[in-house]
Amino acid sequence: MLLDVHNLKVWFKTGDGQVNAVNGLSFSLDAHETLAIVGESGSGKSQTAFAILGLLARNGYASGSVRFKGKEILNRPAGELNRVRARQLAMVFQDPMTSLNPYMRIADQMTEVLQYHQSMSRQDALSESLRMLDAVQIPDAVSRINNYPHQFSGGMRQRVMIAMALLCRPEILIADEPTTALDMTVQRQILDLLASLRDEFGMAVILITHDMGIVAEFCESTLVMYGGRMMEAGGTETLFKSPLHPYTSGLLSAILSLDACHQDLPTIGGEPPLMTELPLGCPFHDRCDSVQSICRTTLPKMESIERRRYACHRPLAQPRNPP
Amino acid sequence: MFQFILRRLLIALPTLFILIAATFLLMHLAPGGPFTTEKPLPDEVMANLEAKYGLDEPLARQFGTYLFDLVTDFDFGPSFVFKDLSVRDIILQGFPVTLTYGFWAFIVAISVGIPLGVAAAVHQNSWLDYLAVGVSIGAQVLPNFVMAPILVLIFTLWLGWLPGGGWQGGQIEYVIMPVIALSTSFMASVARMTRSSMLEILHSNFIRTARAKGLNGTSVIWRHALKPAMLPVISFLGPVFVAMITGSMIIDYYFGTGGIGQFFTNAALSRDYGVMMGVTILVGTLTILFTTVVDILYAWIDPRIRY
Repeated sequence: MLLDVHNLKVWFKTGDGQVNAVNGLSFSLDAHETLAIVGESGSGKSQTAFAILGLLARNGYASGSVRFKGKEILNRPAGELNRVRARQLAMVFQDPMTSLNPYMRIADQMTEVLQYHQSMSRQDALSESLRMLDAVQIPDAVSRINNYPHQFSGGMRQRVMIAMALLCRPEILIADEPTTALDMTVQRQILDLLASLRDEFGMAVILITHDMGIVAEFCESTLVMYGGRMMEAGGTETLFKSPLHPYTSGLLSAILSLDACHQDLPTIGGEPPLMTELPLGCPFHDRCDSVQSICRTTLPKMESIERRRYACHRPLAQPRNPP
Repeated sequence: MFQFILRRLLIALPTLFILIAATFLLMHLAPGGPFTTEKPLPDEVMANLEAKYGLDEPLARQFGTYLFDLVTDFDFGPSFVFKDLSVRDIILQGFPVTLTYGFWAFIVAISVGIPLGVAAAVHQNSWLDYLAVGVSIGAQVLPNFVMAPILVLIFTLWLGWLPGGGWQGGQIEYVIMPVIALSTSFMASVARMTRSSMLEILHSNFIRTARAKGLNGTSVIWRHALKPAMLPVISFLGPVFVAMITGSMIIDYYFGTGGIGQFFTNAALSRDYGVMMGVTILVGTLTILFTTVVDILYAWIDPRIRY
């Protein structure tokens, strides 16, 4: 097991009270595994990633446990975290337009990673960076490396971000909605690139997204989050075929398909709960079609059958028992 | 970059010309003149005086002569009040004084203000932050006309360490108090501005990226955050630098330093056209010059500005 997250909680102290972004999330990631974390905006996906890498905002706090290869990395001092960041756990962010430093040349932003973590000379770091830019298919990397971020298009910037994250050959890449800010055709290219780099470098990937189409194609396992909690997790194929949680099924039926273009797109009615005051019971009960009275009062326990886990009082399909 | 600098400098020239023309016109449009007194002078005397200073000629011609002398000779004409001094003498006498204490006051203001602001931002909401904010608010409410008497009270009257005024060719003990008095409130502004702009940068996405890259805190701040955080501070510092090196009337009066600051107010009160024009052109030229310097610094820091 490469990464083991246990009972992770993330909260923020704000002027309006405490905001509970993640409320006891547990999952694990094996070497070479690709895990999707899906859920709508505000479900705590990104904050989970930030907490793992110790990148929470100043008013953010985390508790629980995050172990990388058995070693606790949650809430460790920065000096200790910096030996894990980039070297073993790297991250690609949502918005490539603002995630690169606009005041520094790409060359400087890339080489500093290698100079700092691997004590490379500037010359070696530069040629390694060039190799990595080639790997993410940036044309004419030799001259482009001296450009500033604003001289690149959005897709190209995200390629640079990916190249920068991979410089130290990390074992885990966390990609936080890497294609959300890009247009459709570029999204496809970036995902294909990520998939081929994953195989080439043998990394495990955590892909945070709200696009079920991407999940189906790209990830072997899926974790569905809602209200800062895990609703359901399991192998992507089984989860898509027979979702157990009504929320998962709602997400799946909200996928656009071409043959259904004249019908109304099904949606999940209602709003996500306010994270300042967590509702009693299941966080999804307000919007759930098959809500029971127990759902309003008692938080469903995490059930686990084979490799599937779910938290629902009234799962949609009874999971088959092994013969 | 070189082209950018050249273009900036070329734009500065017409601006300077407009400044000189406007000052000249406004000064001559205002009713009254340097020889207006409570008891009117006889017409013949007035005519003689005006002829001596060339005030009887047509305005355009006066302006032409003025401009010509200025460009070819660095000659600002005579003072209308001090019979034995030309405007150039006054500037050459007063400007080195204010340049000296103003320059050092500027150095003190930024070398205390910027580190203070950075430290406060990096340790936001810690005792260090509260101390820095407290100190800078305290300093901000101490403008130079309050600072000057306090300093004299402490260092001259109580402790007897420093002379209470004079210049003596800029010996260090005469420079210290004007520098402190002039720099205090600017230092506070610089600190507060640095703090808020640093805080904004530290919350930006690219700083999060730098942290995710596992760089240590020092290089995140020095390599990634400091340059962009300095942008608003630099645009504030351009005019501040000019204001400081052209001195302050209060400092010049209070410490009797004989700087250019006091001539400016005196000239305005006594309608000394020559000195007013001279000092206005000096301040204006410096302002244009340092605005250009700020522009160039901006372009150096932010590659998106170079075009």
